[in-house]
Amino acid sequence: MSATPPLPRWADLFLLPALNLLAAFFVCGLIVLAIGENPITALGVMLKGAFIFPGSLGYTLYYTTNFIFTGLAVAVAFHAMMFNIGGEGQAYIGGLGAGLVSLWLAQYMPSLIVLPLAVIGAALFGAAWGIVPGYLQAKRGSHIVITTIMFNFIAASLMVWLLAGPLIEPGQMSPQTPKFDAAGQLPSVQAILGAVGIKVANSPLNLSFLIALAALFGFWVLIWRTRLGYEIRTVGQNPEAARYAGINVPRVVIITLAISGALAGLMATNEILGVQHRVVLNFTAGYGFTGIAVALMGRNHPIGIFLASLLFGALYQGGAELDFEFQSITREMVLLIQGMIILFSGALAYMFNPPVARLLARFAAKREAAHV
Amino acid sequence: MSDFALQLLLTFDATLRLAAPLILCAMAGIFSERSGVIDISLEGKMLSAAFTAAAVAHLSGSAWLGVAAAIMVSMMLGLVHGFACITHRGNQVVSGLAINILASGLTVTIGIALFRQGGQTPPLTSTERFGPITWWFVEGLGQVPILGTVYRELISGHNILVYMALAAVPISAWLLYKTRFGLRLRAVGEVPEAVDSAGVSVYWLRYRAVIIAGLLCGIAGAYLSTGQGAGFVREMSAGKGYIALAAVIFGKWRPAQAFGACLMFGFLEAGAARLQGVHIPLIGEAPVQLMLALPYIMTVLLLAGFIGRAHPPAAIGEPYVK
Repeated sequence: MSATPPLPRWADLFLLPALNLLAAFFVCGLIVLAIGENPITALGVMLKGAFIFPGSLGYTLYYTTNFIFTGLAVAVAFHAMMFNIGGEGQAYIGGLGAGLVSLWLAQYMPSLIVLPLAVIGAALFGAAWGIVPGYLQAKRGSHIVITTIMFNFIAASLMVWLLAGPLIEPGQMSPQTPKFDAAGQLPSVQAILGAVGIKVANSPLNLSFLIALAALFGFWVLIWRTRLGYEIRTVGQNPEAARYAGINVPRVVIITLAISGALAGLMATNEILGVQHRVVLNFTAGYGFTGIAVALMGRNHPIGIFLASLLFGALYQGGAELDFEFQSITREMVLLIQGMIILFSGALAYMFNPPVARLLARFAAKREAAHV
Repeated sequence: MSDFALQLLLTFDATLRLAAPLILCAMAGIFSERSGVIDISLEGKMLSAAFTAAAVAHLSGSAWLGVAAAIMVSMMLGLVHGFACITHRGNQVVSGLAINILASGLTVTIGIALFRQGGQTPPLTSTERFGPITWWFVEGLGQVPILGTVYRELISGHNILVYMALAAVPISAWLLYKTRFGLRLRAVGEVPEAVDSAGVSVYWLRYRAVIIAGLLCGIAGAYLSTGQGAGFVREMSAGKGYIALAAVIFGKWRPAQAFGACLMFGFLEAGAARLQGVHIPLIGEAPVQLMLALPYIMTVLLLAGFIGRAHPPAAIGEPYVK
């Protein structure tokens, strides 16, 4: 491979991701063309569906909340060079934690006590589901990717058994728990704003959005302003050097996976505490996997993750609109876009690197020549 | 023959039918991973192939054209995986995941565009799918006690793709262990530098590995929609690609052992289907979910070294930089 000139920082941070995103949308546009629809019209419908229609912004932000949590979960592990592909399972088990607290305590206690405990329950259960693969990676050398994939399936089996068995709503056939009492439900945004006299359109957006924003900030503090974050990044950059510098690498790996699992588990605060108000089957709906796309696009930085979550939130909400407007494009189109984004900004992230770098270097050389 | 023995035999029969796609995908995984390329996209390739096989079989009326098209599509996805991981040295897990998600989206999107049936293909007629093959003299030999019943119920009466899956195991083992190509393929997954310095192209070897993986996943997918089923249903691979991946690891990246793991996982699934809602003395209701989760649990335990040790190829997951 010929030597590639170094890329300026702005190009690495903005130009390359933008090019990758463009490439992903371009290929999706070709597919839309191939099935006989107009990609520009489709994009317009998605944008309208995501931001313009009444209540649509609330829906977009509701999806965004999920992706912030799962994106952060993947990103924190990425900082330690660990690939946590198990966000799906950790979120699922997190839902169990939140659900158990709300189911049992909401009938006895006020929401000011129940809700914080339920949020902690979601984080703890998610963390537990992340710790085990972390431990197995750190102490027994099992590959984290494989273990977390397996744990997704184990979580799914466990939840089917629980929801169809011990936790099922008595007298009902569908595999779900009874509804939580009001004290175990996170208030929705329209309820909060309604209380102070502001009327907004109905949407599933709820208080967990604020938890997500807090998590973004907490993530930044953790990674760049604490000793643990420094250790996590060092382990990610070079585990040998980290060990040599006196960092307990297995311990950092385990803690990182615990944090990662906890963040994924917090996704349940949105879906379970905020929207469903009961634990239901498959509420994770692939959001855990989308977190990988979000982390890749967001370059593992809170601001990037927020923007990427917003993009995916808009895609999910706008994608739902496709069902109404078109005969032959449905919301599965979003999966296609998501897959393309993961392919281009993940696996092929540096495909455009050499040509762009060469082009920019040539520009720079020309400008220098003109100055001389 | 006692009732219990017959039940067991029928469960073995179901095991074979459920294990066939696992076997094909596991062999695919072995080729790819032995060459050093992690392949979690078995699932996506199989799903795309299942859709393609059913769609092409329906449109052309030929099950064989369906399989051929399925193999083509699956190989194309394998090449995408190769392009990302071998040529551009991208993250192999990310690329595999992208293919899986793409497959989920593409199959339904194209399915709706083509057939307008919510992502399914129309049900296939008997000429558009692979029917059971009745072996020679089943009428006569089937009357022989025990062996005859085994011959009639277990060995005879599967479709051609099941037999292809069974044949894939010795062929894969032969290719990997008895040919020069296999020796080089295994070497490239362990010490690619050595292969390179011997003047053999690491990239081309790995590309061939992902192409073979595509071929095998293509047959597996075609089996799902035109052999086992009669048409494509959305998400019909239902995690089988991941179970096959578990079987690869459980079989320590060796064809014969992986074959055994596939049979065991298939047996668990067949057993779980049979025991749904059945009360077993002492245990109570059959723990069906536990049985279905057992392949994953056992793989985790094996990887962690609690039951034996699985050593992955040394250079797995590492892009090769010349």
